[in-house]
Amino acid sequence: MTEDTLLERITDYANRPDPYPLYAELREAGPVVRQADGSYLVGTYHEIAALLHDPRISADPRSRPASAGDLYEEGAQPPFLRLDDPEHHRLRTLAMRPFGPPHSPGRVDAMRGQIADITRELLQGFRDREQIDIVDDFAYPLPVTVICRLLGVPREDEPLFREWSDVLVAGADVKPGEDTTERNQATQQARAEMGRYLLDLAERRRTHPSDDLLSAFVNEPDPALRLTREELAQTAVLLLIAGHETTVNLITNGVLTLLRQPDQLDRLRREPGLLPSAVEELLRYEPPVHMRERIPLADIGLAGTTLPTGSTVVLALASGNRDPKRFHDPDRFEPARPDNQHLGFGSGIHLCYGGPLARIEAQTALGALIPLLGTAALVQDPPPLPAERHAPRPPPPPPRRDQ
Amino acid sequence: MTDDLRKGRIVIVGASLAGLRAAETLREEGFTGSLTVVGDEAYPPYDRPPLSKQVLLGQTAPDATGLPIRRDPDAEWRLGVRATGLDPMGKRVLLSDGDPLPFDRLLIATGTRARPWPNPEEAALEGVFTLRTCDDAGGLAARLAAGPRRVLVIGGGFTGSEIASACRERGLEVTVAERGPGPLVGALGGTLSKLAAAMHRGHGVDLRCGVTVTALHGDGGGRFIGADLSDGSRVEADVCVVALGAVRNVEWLADAGLAAGPRGVACDAGCRAFNMYGIVTDDVFVAGDVSRFPHPLFEYQMLSLEHWGNAVAQAEVAAHNMVSPGPLRRPHLAVPMFWSSQFGLNIKSVGVPSFSDQVVIAQGSLEARRLAMVYGYRGRVTAAVTVNMAKSLEYYQHLIETAAPFPPAPGAADRPMAAEIPVPSDVPDPKGLSHGPTVALTGYLPDRRLTVVQH
Repeated sequence: MTEDTLLERITDYANRPDPYPLYAELREAGPVVRQADGSYLVGTYHEIAALLHDPRISADPRSRPASAGDLYEEGAQPPFLRLDDPEHHRLRTLAMRPFGPPHSPGRVDAMRGQIADITRELLQGFRDREQIDIVDDFAYPLPVTVICRLLGVPREDEPLFREWSDVLVAGADVKPGEDTTERNQATQQARAEMGRYLLDLAERRRTHPSDDLLSAFVNEPDPALRLTREELAQTAVLLLIAGHETTVNLITNGVLTLLRQPDQLDRLRREPGLLPSAVEELLRYEPPVHMRERIPLADIGLAGTTLPTGSTVVLALASGNRDPKRFHDPDRFEPARPDNQHLGFGSGIHLCYGGPLARIEAQTALGALIPLLGTAALVQDPPPLPAERHAPRPPPPPPRRDQ
Repeated sequence: MTDDLRKGRIVIVGASLAGLRAAETLREEGFTGSLTVVGDEAYPPYDRPPLSKQVLLGQTAPDATGLPIRRDPDAEWRLGVRATGLDPMGKRVLLSDGDPLPFDRLLIATGTRARPWPNPEEAALEGVFTLRTCDDAGGLAARLAAGPRRVLVIGGGFTGSEIASACRERGLEVTVAERGPGPLVGALGGTLSKLAAAMHRGHGVDLRCGVTVTALHGDGGGRFIGADLSDGSRVEADVCVVALGAVRNVEWLADAGLAAGPRGVACDAGCRAFNMYGIVTDDVFVAGDVSRFPHPLFEYQMLSLEHWGNAVAQAEVAAHNMVSPGPLRRPHLAVPMFWSSQFGLNIKSVGVPSFSDQVVIAQGSLEARRLAMVYGYRGRVTAAVTVNMAKSLEYYQHLIETAAPFPPAPGAADRPMAAEIPVPSDVPDPKGLSHGPTVALTGYLPDRRLTVVQH
């Protein structure tokens, strides 16, 4: 049990329900902790923020010296999430044109009504139920329906893209020391199939355009602002998956946190005005994304350690969110916390593209659910993990309503 | 002692951004005494950055930029009332209207006003504007909406450039007259000034550099019709905007015995005003555009900043120190930062670009209109300016705060060839510019005799 196996222990399924004691151990061990496999683990807020803002740090897996079984085949370009500037900026800007400012400033905000309607419909199914599965019945269908409408994907195709999505999300899981060759092949195949599926949908929008992102992408009149087929496939896959997966976790973590802390649940019921800051606190306290991988493009000195060019640097965002050098009383869930510049959406050039949408979804979902939770309690705490849930599908787990 | 500081009478002179934020912070910090805010404008605190942008474009009404109140400062607001003097012995602020206002502690946050056109008769011509207040902006916006044939902007600083940009966006013909070699040169130096000039011209601005305006002309009815330039040419226009920088509102302090002058009111890093002998006062504090304060990152030189963010940060520090005993007082160490939007560019700056001898383009390129320019002074990073690359700013702020070596270490994914080649920063002597510099490194003037200069 030494500090050079921390990453292995943090990512161990047995520790996933509560990795926070390990994060504390990590911060205790120092801002930069070298792991037995040669990677570097960073768990303190200011050092993580410094690296997220450092232009010498790469998000592109191809920046690593070539090794077998890499996620991206030679010649294949990753989506902008895993690209560096200037290419990252070009693609992200093109993807942003129909989605947010400066070209589409009102887009996300205009979805509030739709999101509230979808939420209401889902909650109607909860009446007279003894037990509900927060993930399957609520936290999953809401963002999926939203991203389908936004992107222009038929909602009834959900079982189809869920399979691909599960493979891709599993492929992005950090598991040190594991032979990833097989997993990477499955990931590549799923990405290719999902890309072809979305390209087909987009093609149909050429002749039948509607008010969705795929239509906007394929019907862009200016050739300089048009995505190539490959770019469109990569971007659409990224938006569809990133557009719901993390939001499912955000909403679920929210329900979990509130059921574990009934006093805070009560407080939010009494003071619904706290919801926006409660969602920020959730992004700090139980963020959907715990880690990001980066690769230094030069030897980078950080807190007395040199991160060598080409090495793997794992930024433990969720640990930075609990750093007492940045946040007062960090292990306390405080919905009204001031000065809450958390790392829940990352920071720097890769700051979450869909963050504004996720905020509205989480605020709407939790705001509508909280008054209904009554004396609800968890069936099982900790609830089963996604890996256990999805392998053979359920056993249906979470909350139970006592009445 | 702490308890005593939380009681008593505090007067804030200045009811704009710094005054408001200080008032809120005083209450946040537990001040329970009486609080009075004096402001010479008749309006509650409002935001000025939109006045040269959204308001001129007609997107926002001039009276719709009110500042959000973060918490009720529970203050008595004396709006439309001017402070005319300060009696430091009697601890009273003299007012244009009513009895003197007694205080136990005073915050000076009177800010600046637009520098007027030097010839009062020409300045009074109908169609000649300055831009500082919401009334100014409302009048100018109405004139722009009426579709003048041409607008003459005197001064190519940030305000002048933003006005020219708004005019072009409205499809109006614009001439910009700048005494220096290019727009923004005083704040950003030679290289970015060339980019700014290209943006002006690329957007159809008739940009005249190296010239001064020698006279404004009116018709028989007192309406502005055009101006003479020092190169012998003449510009015919219906509207003239004088954008020659700002004048600090210190005249009311002439007899107060404070270190107040054209560069502002000098104070220590804890926002306590100096008197004219350089002795720090105990009960008079300064914040915002009207202040000059020493900054350790810039060799303890006295900075005068006209920045939104500085007004907020400094007001919070001043308010904290007004209700805190000595050991708990905080220094105002915020790294200067400002932004501008013009001609489709988002320009952001951190540090003090004019405190530099060399610059290098560390990321991006001029051609792409997207870059990070890093400024160095004697081998240390002292500032950075991003163009359409705002997310890079924090990295360079960190370099400035840690006095990192200049030029910055290589390795950025979007690092251009030019990153290998530092060039002179080419920041001109502020005296040569027609607009005042946004940032002034004023240094200490070696006055041997201390006399109050009346003017």
